[in-house]
Amino acid sequence: MKKALGLALATIALAACVKNNADDSATAIAVTSTADGCAVATNTAESGTLTFEVKNDGNQVTEFYLLGEDRLRIIGEVENIAPGTSRTLTFVAQPGSYYTVCKPGMVGDGVGEAPFTVTGEAVKVSVDDEEAFATAVTNYTAYTKTQVAELVTNVIEFTNAYKAGDDELARKLYPTTRINYERIEPTAEQFGDLDPKIDYRKPGADAEGLEWTGFHRIEADLWIEEAAKNYPGDPITTPLTPEQRVTLADQLVADVQALYDKVHSDDFTLEIGDITNGAIGLLDEVAAPDGKLPGEEDEFSHTDLYDFYANVEGAEVAYLNVRDIAAGKDGGADLVATLDEEFGAMKTLLGKYGSYEAGFVSYDTVSQEERNALGAQLNALSEPLSRLTAQVLGLS
Amino acid sequence: MTRVTRRGLLLGGAAAGGAALGGAGLALAVRDGDASSSTAADEQATYPFEGEHQAGITTPVQRHLYFAAYDLTADATRDDLRTLLQDWTEAARHLVQGREIGETGAVGGSPLAPPEDTGEALNLGPNGLTVTFGLGPGLFDPDRLGLESGRPALFQPLPSFALELLDDAISGGDLCVQACANDPQVAVHAVRNLSRIGFGRAQIRWAQLGYGRTSSTTRDQATPRNLMGFKDGTRNIKADDTEDLARHVWSDGEGQEWFAGGTYLVTRKIQMLIESWDRAPLSEQEAIIGRDKGEGAPLSGGTEFTEPDFRAVSTATGEPAIPAESHIRLAHPDFNGGQRILRRGYNYVEGNNALGQISGGLFFISFQRSPKQFIDLQNALARDPLNEYIRHIGSALFAVPRGVRQGEYIAQDLFV
Repeated sequence: MKKALGLALATIALAACVKNNADDSATAIAVTSTADGCAVATNTAESGTLTFEVKNDGNQVTEFYLLGEDRLRIIGEVENIAPGTSRTLTFVAQPGSYYTVCKPGMVGDGVGEAPFTVTGEAVKVSVDDEEAFATAVTNYTAYTKTQVAELVTNVIEFTNAYKAGDDELARKLYPTTRINYERIEPTAEQFGDLDPKIDYRKPGADAEGLEWTGFHRIEADLWIEEAAKNYPGDPITTPLTPEQRVTLADQLVADVQALYDKVHSDDFTLEIGDITNGAIGLLDEVAAPDGKLPGEEDEFSHTDLYDFYANVEGAEVAYLNVRDIAAGKDGGADLVATLDEEFGAMKTLLGKYGSYEAGFVSYDTVSQEERNALGAQLNALSEPLSRLTAQVLGLS
Repeated sequence: MTRVTRRGLLLGGAAAGGAALGGAGLALAVRDGDASSSTAADEQATYPFEGEHQAGITTPVQRHLYFAAYDLTADATRDDLRTLLQDWTEAARHLVQGREIGETGAVGGSPLAPPEDTGEALNLGPNGLTVTFGLGPGLFDPDRLGLESGRPALFQPLPSFALELLDDAISGGDLCVQACANDPQVAVHAVRNLSRIGFGRAQIRWAQLGYGRTSSTTRDQATPRNLMGFKDGTRNIKADDTEDLARHVWSDGEGQEWFAGGTYLVTRKIQMLIESWDRAPLSEQEAIIGRDKGEGAPLSGGTEFTEPDFRAVSTATGEPAIPAESHIRLAHPDFNGGQRILRRGYNYVEGNNALGQISGGLFFISFQRSPKQFIDLQNALARDPLNEYIRHIGSALFAVPRGVRQGEYIAQDLFV
């Protein structure tokens, strides 16, 4: 039954045909990638079509990225630049703040990250779906690979501390090591057997009769007094031996390496719906009864706010990848305006409790009233985000 | 006093003088002989949303309740509240007619998008749904939304009462929605969809499912029983008691146009100590209430609707037939300055607590023109022997704005 009720988003008139008036005559910006540097010939450019000519002067295969203001979202990238060779990256640049970074060896955080500013007027781009979808998928896929690559590096550092018995350092690294994983968790969940090994909580592993491994098993051992509170008398309340630690740590490294191999294999493909549905999936992870909002995710360390923030960041990156596509379709301007505002409000509210750098407060100090406010903002964000897939895919 | 006929009764706001009513102005009068079964008339019953007063107050009490209290989100503005009430009003107009939310409803939209309507009430019929909105006292606090000047003078939070054991998490709220229907799913659907519309502006603080109405508001309806097994609401104000309604229920607005024709709504979640009550002898139960359990007649004699005679003396004991501290005597208007309230509560059962005791009781709802009516009555009940068997665990007070005409939204005078 069709109903006339004024709750739908107002539609806006949109020019049916948008011309690509990008300036194709821009000269290439030279980039030199070395073992520890990423020299860019200039740090500003006018909006329009930009070309980076990336030369690899190092001795490892390298990559070059142009990142968004959040230093997470990939605006453009070029991979597999062999030592001594050059490759180019061409894309349409909108005014804004960006970062350039190189990644010799193709793992870790990269080197020579530097700000890059694009000035001038906004450039109208084609809203041809096929092309826009392909760009969004390419960039999001690259982002996923980057996050998993950083995850591998960070997990090795974390588990080295754990294996060495440096519990203080391991406890410090635990929440920040998880950030990369929490940003892309729906992707990892595509590989059915890896997420249970890497990120299962104890009840999940027990219920499925799996040997409990991964982040949360190590978490229980690092916060063993909390483990004794939550599971009195359980075998997990006995500290693991150094040998057991090594086994557990090496297993986690092997599992994130397996994840790395999968997302870097030629078989790994994403579709536009994976991106938009992944965004809402990340927020569902927060709100779930065994998620971050109720404080069940990190039940021993109470570092749930790191995961919460990372889930929101991951959802935002996915959203920003398709934002312009959504905005270009009927009714999209309102949805995009709402999502811009609600993502901002969510991060501002989380920011009251800390940051990755300064640390987030322990979640067991966050009152029920404060959790309710976080939940209210999460609802305010999730409800419009749930309409993104249809906005991007379902409308002409 | 006019006696109302069973059929063709003008209900809800239909009696409103001058109120513009839509085509649905005539509602079905629902017969209520058997409170456990649902009839076609129950399913198809509709009550108009528009009227001088909001529906869901004198409306014949439906079988089921879903009541929700909301808090505005931390950064919500006066404009957020206004648009929320606009959106809720529009949605409620559709809901009470058994229609779906949104332009495309539950299944008519894009397969890629979440449905606008959540769908659990498809094919169920309107089921006499009423949606009644109320505003909490905190909305009028200084330095909050700029609504201080709209506060009715009597609208202050309830004081503390003897023997209450209130849980803040199930008390209070900035806004309330009372959804009553003959099918519980229809009431739940209404609140669920209104909550969804509210995300980003308001969030549920607490909610309560109720069943088996514990009072009647028309003479057609048999007096129902509460979980103590007694008829409840025998002497309730009825929909046709125009004078009593004007005197005890409808506010003149206290100078506030949005509240003229409104009323105060009190909720009290009253947990019953059911296992203890069930161990009390019949004679003690009847003495506590002041009525006999089977018929519901006062202990002074007669039938259910016989006026209690508080001077009558029991020939067997030589004591007053209705004990001086019985519930009906303490609550009787004769001992409370003639004050009456309109009750519209429901039973609730929410499983058991960890000790294996039934978590159940009465979700008390009353409507009155001044909070003082409830306060005085509740204070009078401080000596009530019933207190041994009950605890008040939740409490809230709301101001229910006047009813709306076509094209208006709830409480709109507050924002001019």
